[in-house]
Amino acid sequence: MNPPPLVAVAGSPNAGKSALFNALTGARQKVGNYPGVTVERKSGRLILGDGRPLELVDLPGAYSLDPASPDEAVTRDVLLGHQKGERQPDALVIVLDASNLDNHLRFALQLIELGLPTIIALNMVDLAKRDGLELDPKALENELGVPVVETVAVRRRGIPDLQAALDDMISAPRCGVHEPVKSDILHLQRRAREISAAAVIRETPVRLWTHRLDALLLHPIAGPAILAAIMFVMFQAVFAWSETPVAWIESGVVALGNLAAGIIPAGLLRSMVVDGAIAGVGAVITFLPQILILFFFILLLEGTGYMVRAAFLMDRVMHGVGLSGRAFIPLLSSFACAVPGIMATRTIDDPKDRLTTILVAPLMTCSARLPVYTLIIAAFIPNTRLSWGIGLQGLVMFGLYVTGITGALLAAFVLRRGVLKGGGGGFMMELPKYQWPAVKDVAIGLLTRIQIFLKRAGTIILGTTILLWALASFPQAQPGQSQVEVSIAGKIASGIEVVVKPIGFNHDIALALLPAMAAREVAVSAIATVYSIDSSNENAAATKLEDRLQGRWSLATALAFLAWFVFAPQCISTIAVTRRETNGWKWPLFMISYLFVLAYCAAGLTYWTAVALGL
Amino acid sequence: MNAPFQPDSISLDQLGLGKRAIVAAIDWHVLDAGESNRLRHFGFDEGVTVETLHLGPFGRDPLAVRVGRMTVAIRRKHAGAVRVVPTAK
Repeated sequence: MNPPPLVAVAGSPNAGKSALFNALTGARQKVGNYPGVTVERKSGRLILGDGRPLELVDLPGAYSLDPASPDEAVTRDVLLGHQKGERQPDALVIVLDASNLDNHLRFALQLIELGLPTIIALNMVDLAKRDGLELDPKALENELGVPVVETVAVRRRGIPDLQAALDDMISAPRCGVHEPVKSDILHLQRRAREISAAAVIRETPVRLWTHRLDALLLHPIAGPAILAAIMFVMFQAVFAWSETPVAWIESGVVALGNLAAGIIPAGLLRSMVVDGAIAGVGAVITFLPQILILFFFILLLEGTGYMVRAAFLMDRVMHGVGLSGRAFIPLLSSFACAVPGIMATRTIDDPKDRLTTILVAPLMTCSARLPVYTLIIAAFIPNTRLSWGIGLQGLVMFGLYVTGITGALLAAFVLRRGVLKGGGGGFMMELPKYQWPAVKDVAIGLLTRIQIFLKRAGTIILGTTILLWALASFPQAQPGQSQVEVSIAGKIASGIEVVVKPIGFNHDIALALLPAMAAREVAVSAIATVYSIDSSNENAAATKLEDRLQGRWSLATALAFLAWFVFAPQCISTIAVTRRETNGWKWPLFMISYLFVLAYCAAGLTYWTAVALGL
Repeated sequence: MNAPFQPDSISLDQLGLGKRAIVAAIDWHVLDAGESNRLRHFGFDEGVTVETLHLGPFGRDPLAVRVGRMTVAIRRKHAGAVRVVPTAK
């Protein structure tokens, strides 16, 4: 069986390429990496009218075939058939922003010269019309010599026409690919402007919506204020909106635990399933709503085009500590997870800028630390309302995030003056038009996150939880002995405790620190598992973890624990991705060491200060 | 556009907010290869109309510049490499 024909979707950044790819392939997409490089490969399937399948691959956005970043190099290599792990595409869909033709046509001209069967998707024609620009697709077709289809990918308009055009093209006999003619880029640009001018039917000057919005959102005073407000609302929402679904999941986990306890006879197996698997994984799944809300905001900010504005507003500040505004997006993504955040640093051209961003990314509070924060805050910070409807718990959470951000900026400042001195660092970005992202595109993004999170919960977290359960359950304690003290885990923790005792950490925390390296949220399930085993009460799972913590930890210890997790050396996945992105062990080891020292000092200072204040 | 060098030209970072100008020349040699590539990709070229739309809130840096139908953000330092001749709006 021959593999289905491969169709590459290419285009300049901000042409609406991903939305078009989503519209053509739907939610069933495969996301992976090109071998040997750290560029994401997204592929999906499209079934034509007569049942024949096509494989579609979404190439990284590029401005031309002369690469200025690793992403653009992959786009070029795939198109020329030089990319490892990818067949040469059989056909090409070029996505163009209708209202930015004079620029996007330059890349299109380069691509058409390759000689692959090609279709142009003239995308976002609705926005062009809104901006007073009417285009003639037939004129464009005549100038370019390839079929042109008008689309509005986010609204799913023009997709059947595009599919029909693909069908025609795939059925036609194929021809070979030429090496790119080394055309002068300025010459191509001028040709692009001529064609673009020929395709314009009418152009009415209007005050563009995007410019009106930018006048407000990029205003020197209103702009930063709105950015701060958006960030604040985002973190309050993570708390407020998640309350109800979290309660549902919690009661579901308790019900499941009771159900399992009823079916499985008392003994080791019941203990493993109820105290190990269900209590541990359940404690982590509880945080799914918060992670989803955070990703929802990030996807929305990205989809609307606001994310780049945030980078614009923050560039000077980032520049002050030796980073660029471009680092703002990877760092903001690191609030969800440092792994995609570190991967997003590929868009930073300057190597030292990029390395600095990678090294400080783990200081952005990732969503996996959210369970830890939430648990401790819920247990130790009173749920009082301050004025203007601001909750004290939300405020403490905001403070933890701010501490992480401040730490990251300071660390970047020191790194850029020390080990990573030199390098210009630039900031050159396109400010795309504002638009509402399609519900479906946001949903596909969220779905991918749920899958990744549940996969983690199902594998790493379940595995670590059961291992920890075993370490905490053997050898079995004699009557009168404490299970936690007798177990293997207790012995290991006693060793760690010696190191962390000065900063106020007790035995249980020492026990939770090691598995937290596998994934941060495991700290919560680890504590849950330990207390669940140690409890003599059969209905322990029904008692809330917060209530049990209150009895065992002092406020000073709880605060020190929070401070630790602001800086704590990151999880194994982050270390692995850092190793891959920096091509060696030098930088990940450096990162672990400096973060450990920071975390230890921060926790220590917090603990000693709190004790001195009599907390 | 007559000669590439125009005595009445100023650098883009000196162009006032909301003012339009025509690009007279670009000092490619003060930019590194990546920076020149990006500027070209954004459509910076002699004879193109540009307009300063916004300035960053801190230190009036970076600049948001309209080039053709695109709005791009560049730092003051790189805007300094672009010589422009202001036009009446």
